[in-house]
Amino acid sequence: MQPYIKHTSIAALMDRSNVDTDQIIPKNFMKKVERTGFGINLFHNWRFLADNVTPNPDFELNKPAFQGAKILVAGENFGCGSSREHAPWAIADYGFNTIISTSFADIFFSNCFKNSILPIKVTETELASLMAEIAANEGVEFTVDLAEQKVTTPGGLVINFDVDAFRKESLLEGLDDIGWTLTHEDKISEYEQAQKKRLPWLWENA
Amino acid sequence: MTKTMYEKIWDANLVHEPESGSPLLFVDRHLMHEVTSPQAFEGLRLQNRQVRNVHSILGTIDHCVPTKDRYNIVDAIAKKQVETMTSNCEENEINLYGMDSDQNGVIHIVVPEHGFVHPGMVVVCGDSHTATHGAFGALAFGIGTSEVEHVMATQTLQQKKAKTMLVKVEGKLPAYSTAKDIALAIIAVTGTAGGTGYVMEFAGDTITDLTMEGRMTLCNMAIEAGARAGLVAPDQVTYDYLQGREFAPKGEYWEQAVAYWESMKTDEGAEFDEVITLKAEDIAPQVSWGTSPEQVISVTGVVPSPSDFDNEVKAQACASALKYMDVQAGQKITDINIDIVFVGSCTNGRIEDFRATAEIIKGKKVADGVQAIAVPGSFPVKIQAEKEGLDKIFVEAGWEWRDPGCSMCLAMNGDELKDGQRSASTSNRNFEGRQGKGGRTHLVSPAMAGAASIAGHFVDIRDWK
Ligand code: SF4
Repeated sequence: MQPYIKHTSIAALMDRSNVDTDQIIPKNFMKKVERTGFGINLFHNWRFLADNVTPNPDFELNKPAFQGAKILVAGENFGCGSSREHAPWAIADYGFNTIISTSFADIFFSNCFKNSILPIKVTETELASLMAEIAANEGVEFTVDLAEQKVTTPGGLVINFDVDAFRKESLLEGLDDIGWTLTHEDKISEYEQAQKKRLPWLWENA
Repeated sequence: MTKTMYEKIWDANLVHEPESGSPLLFVDRHLMHEVTSPQAFEGLRLQNRQVRNVHSILGTIDHCVPTKDRYNIVDAIAKKQVETMTSNCEENEINLYGMDSDQNGVIHIVVPEHGFVHPGMVVVCGDSHTATHGAFGALAFGIGTSEVEHVMATQTLQQKKAKTMLVKVEGKLPAYSTAKDIALAIIAVTGTAGGTGYVMEFAGDTITDLTMEGRMTLCNMAIEAGARAGLVAPDQVTYDYLQGREFAPKGEYWEQAVAYWESMKTDEGAEFDEVITLKAEDIAPQVSWGTSPEQVISVTGVVPSPSDFDNEVKAQACASALKYMDVQAGQKITDINIDIVFVGSCTNGRIEDFRATAEIIKGKKVADGVQAIAVPGSFPVKIQAEKEGLDKIFVEAGWEWRDPGCSMCLAMNGDELKDGQRSASTSNRNFEGRQGKGGRTHLVSPAMAGAASIAGHFVDIRDWK
């Protein structure tokens, strides 16, 4: 996994709540057996007109000022619905590495960390200020510093955010999750041996 | 110390809690389908890693399967996905109810049919509706594809402990109100994010009165309330369902297993972080009117207006849903006309569901201009329904009787709504475009779907003759 480094990037505004994973990546694009190349399908049904190729001029992410944005600022309950990891794959492939909202759906939230995306939870007031700053100055760049757990803006906002210590370390160092877990392989084997005695019927077919 | 069922399962499955890093939770059962697994197998191959316990896995192919002419998958990419699933399972000797199996069907229907999930287990699948299996008192939840790979390689997950919510439903349900209506009524109270961070335990006499099918419908929808998982305590209903099934404990193990399952129930007096209570008698048949499962109301109600919400976000969501759904504030639910009716999915694709629809449509005819499709959740469900003659009732009423699959629940298999079409659907999500780009979905129970097919609009089935 790519390490997450401090950056200053354009923040795009998506003033919608309950953005679900069916919108982030509609299911007709989930048939591929690879992890890559989903960026082109991100928000497809909103992003393109009925001919499926012409960008929809009314869709916020199509605004020229938001091109190249790495930060997405969106309304509450972002990423609800299906567990599809194609959603964070599409978000990352499109170019975002940070999402700021007041709340995220559970599965989506953990999927982000597996894909070098930092989901940042802020308060309603903080979100409103960030959104207002973008609305007043589209194309504005925010700075995200994970090590310091801080978002700063040219408008003078300084927002401190919480992040689980282990997830932070994994992101900063680009850790391989499976590799980390396998350093505890002895504990897993021990558990399995004990379970064979405790609940033998679970191992009958094994 | 008293503990909730969730806490007991957590403690029983905790492999290790290192001082720094994440707790590791042991995974007993891993369910798999073709859409969210190929990249995980690919990841294993790239890292030269093995599947740790192939016996913990059960797979099916369901999302991409056409429900008529099932072998004719026109989309080449979908076809490749099906082939990839088949070869991945073959190579790793994973138990797969594939395209050619007479046990094939939707993952969350097939797995219980084989008794693969027991109370007290931790069960995962790259699919959010894994919550279904909470009906057995198992901690069952959806994971992403990276976690699918992680479970295959390590038989564990890096997990954080969730908060607990008790959802108590008490009293007798009104006639024709079902588990689906309970689920929708709960979501109307909690909202789609109200359960975020929680595992919900459903309790109360209304819940214990439900059959296993009903409990599965209820837990299936827990994810639509944002909850990681739903749980129902195991009881005699659970044990009667499990006993004798392929993967259920056998012989002397049966009694031991039941004793263990009994010990996993929430202790008397255990504390939950949150408690909500509903009265069953208040739960009339529900119909969703918007683009989120929380935008739902009784069939006797009217479509709300943005001004009915004091929360600005909800008011805005209402306004955009009215626009997308093309319904008017104040419009009676029973005045909404529909084009397509779908009975099926892992929410309502079990034998009971087809019985409920059949009872309503028997001897009647589908309204002019309405297309109605019945898609059994699995071949065993289909065969059972045919034994009972239900297929004839459907066909004589003008319904299409299809082969199993996810079908119109998510429309990636040829069954879908066209732009602007409106459905009465027994599935679980009414998100924009879920059933096809521009399609409009109203979530209902199987009986309500049946009545809508005949009338051409929603009707209060309590007045049905
Ligand atoms: S029926 Fe629908 S919700 Fe269930 S597994 Fe299939 S697509 Fe998912």
